[in-house]
Amino acid sequence: MTAVAPTHPPGLWRRLRPRVLSLTGILIGTVFLAPYAVMLLDALRPAADVLQSPPTLLPRHWQLSTFGDVLADLRFRSWLTTSVIVAVTSTAIVIAAAVPAAYVTARHRFPGRTAFLLLVLVTQLFSPTSLVVGLYREFFQLNLVNTYLAIILTNAAFNLAFAVWILHGFFASVPKEVEEAAELDGCSRPRTVLRVMLPLIRPGIVTAVIFSFIAAWNEYVVALTLMQDDSKKPLNVGINAYVTGYEQHWDQMFAASLLAIVPVVVLFVMIEKHLVGGLTAGSVK
Amino acid sequence: MVSAPDLVRVAAPGPPAETARHRAGTPRRRQRAMGRAALWWLSPALLLIGGVVIYPAIELIDASFGRYSITGLRLGPAGDANYTNVLAHPATPAVLTNTLVWVVAVVVPTILLSLALAQFLSLEFAGRRIVRWAVLVPWAASLVITSRLFTLLFDYYHGILNRLLLALHVVGRPVDWLGDDRFTMLSIVTVGVFVTVPFTTYVLLAGLNAIPEEVYEAARIDGAGWWQTYRHVTLPLLRPALLVAAVLNIIYVFNSFPVVYTLNDRNPGFSHDTSITFMYKLAFKSADHDVGMAAAAGVMNVALILVAVVIYLRLVDWRKDHS
Repeated sequence: MTAVAPTHPPGLWRRLRPRVLSLTGILIGTVFLAPYAVMLLDALRPAADVLQSPPTLLPRHWQLSTFGDVLADLRFRSWLTTSVIVAVTSTAIVIAAAVPAAYVTARHRFPGRTAFLLLVLVTQLFSPTSLVVGLYREFFQLNLVNTYLAIILTNAAFNLAFAVWILHGFFASVPKEVEEAAELDGCSRPRTVLRVMLPLIRPGIVTAVIFSFIAAWNEYVVALTLMQDDSKKPLNVGINAYVTGYEQHWDQMFAASLLAIVPVVVLFVMIEKHLVGGLTAGSVK
Repeated sequence: MVSAPDLVRVAAPGPPAETARHRAGTPRRRQRAMGRAALWWLSPALLLIGGVVIYPAIELIDASFGRYSITGLRLGPAGDANYTNVLAHPATPAVLTNTLVWVVAVVVPTILLSLALAQFLSLEFAGRRIVRWAVLVPWAASLVITSRLFTLLFDYYHGILNRLLLALHVVGRPVDWLGDDRFTMLSIVTVGVFVTVPFTTYVLLAGLNAIPEEVYEAARIDGAGWWQTYRHVTLPLLRPALLVAAVLNIIYVFNSFPVVYTLNDRNPGFSHDTSITFMYKLAFKSADHDVGMAAAAGVMNVALILVAVVIYLRLVDWRKDHS
């Protein structure tokens, strides 16, 4: 974009500009990646080497087996299973609840519409963290402490607002004629939404799915509080076990952490383009 | 997904409702019928919000007026004792100050840095794609994992940061970034900014992308310099995105638990806690282990964030965007 292009002497700046920009880009990319590069280098050396003083950037001894060890660790596998179950199921619930709500509030006026949208906004203010005492008490009464269901429902409820918000913007942007044509063809309203509208707002669905998946994958406080059974913890909480007062397996913790991060980064990269458009649909009315 | 499609059909006969026609004065009865049909569409969302947001909120408020044993057994009503106990707690003044410092010191630099970064990432240059991907990484990584990573990077003995700063002669001797009271908050805030910038940048980048190219051309034809263009064209048009970024940031940063909790893990007491980690420690970690007090602190947290957001929206006069 031209808005901030500085007005230097045209000839020199024009020649230097591409290089200066790319160099600045490399510098910025390095700042954001550097901590994770250190993490990778620590995952590639023995635990004792991680805790050497003074530390070195490159491993004194390379140890490539840690990733294999972690992947073979039964604890890691059960944490991974939990993370997948919780993220997938809660995302499915979010979409199932958000699509009809976003559709009806975006396309129709009815009494209570504003009240509902306000309610959704307010849930953004209530984080699971500040409600954690209330959540614990509720699930304790329902005998759901230490179950997948408790964590799945909590994630679904708190990721709902964002999905409704995003999908609301997308539904509102579908031309009225599309829906009317489907109605004239004798499509019932649920069918119209499923068969006609959903394919049109695919980018919105993809964005909402990936957002709630990632939010559930990375959720911490509720899982930390409600999951006491070691084998049922999600990755995020489970890998705490690698570094405790008794064992300090930083190498394993970092290898496991990278294994937890990589799928999410891949998902994000996949929707990078939607991200730039998808976030605007909600913010610009 | 929709459990009773036929019911929806029956309850909402006729052509789809249209805004204009409704405003023009549709019969009340039809509007109410539409409302009933809408309830079906909203019911999954309402169930979820009612069951897992509203109900625990009520539980929280109820617990905040109860007296509990150390094992969490309800002993009886407490009146407002839990609230007065939280307010009278010796750590409360420090915790409230920390919360204010944490939110302001993270949100303000985050917005400024993200404004610059978003502007940069909207320029065309070779490798832009990859730089954008790199910026996504701290957003994608879970906050606990990043925080734990930083506890090691900041470590007095084993941290690479001290090694680097010593080599560059920025510091003469190692600094205890997470243990020395002069640096603890600064270190935690730095991590807070690091993990908040990527999301904010993307919201602002989306905002920048939504500004049509013609506006800039018009500015150029009028002979506006780049600063004038930025000040009088870009910033005003970016206002809705900025507003969204700021409000969401205030909420997320206030509610942020893992960064402060993990980086402050080794320090005893509450001297570097925000109101969120303070509440968590009251509920599950501290020696007193007081459910009632923790619940009262939780209610106060919700009230605090509500007040903060309302004050912010007042300050920026958000209605300007809705006229």
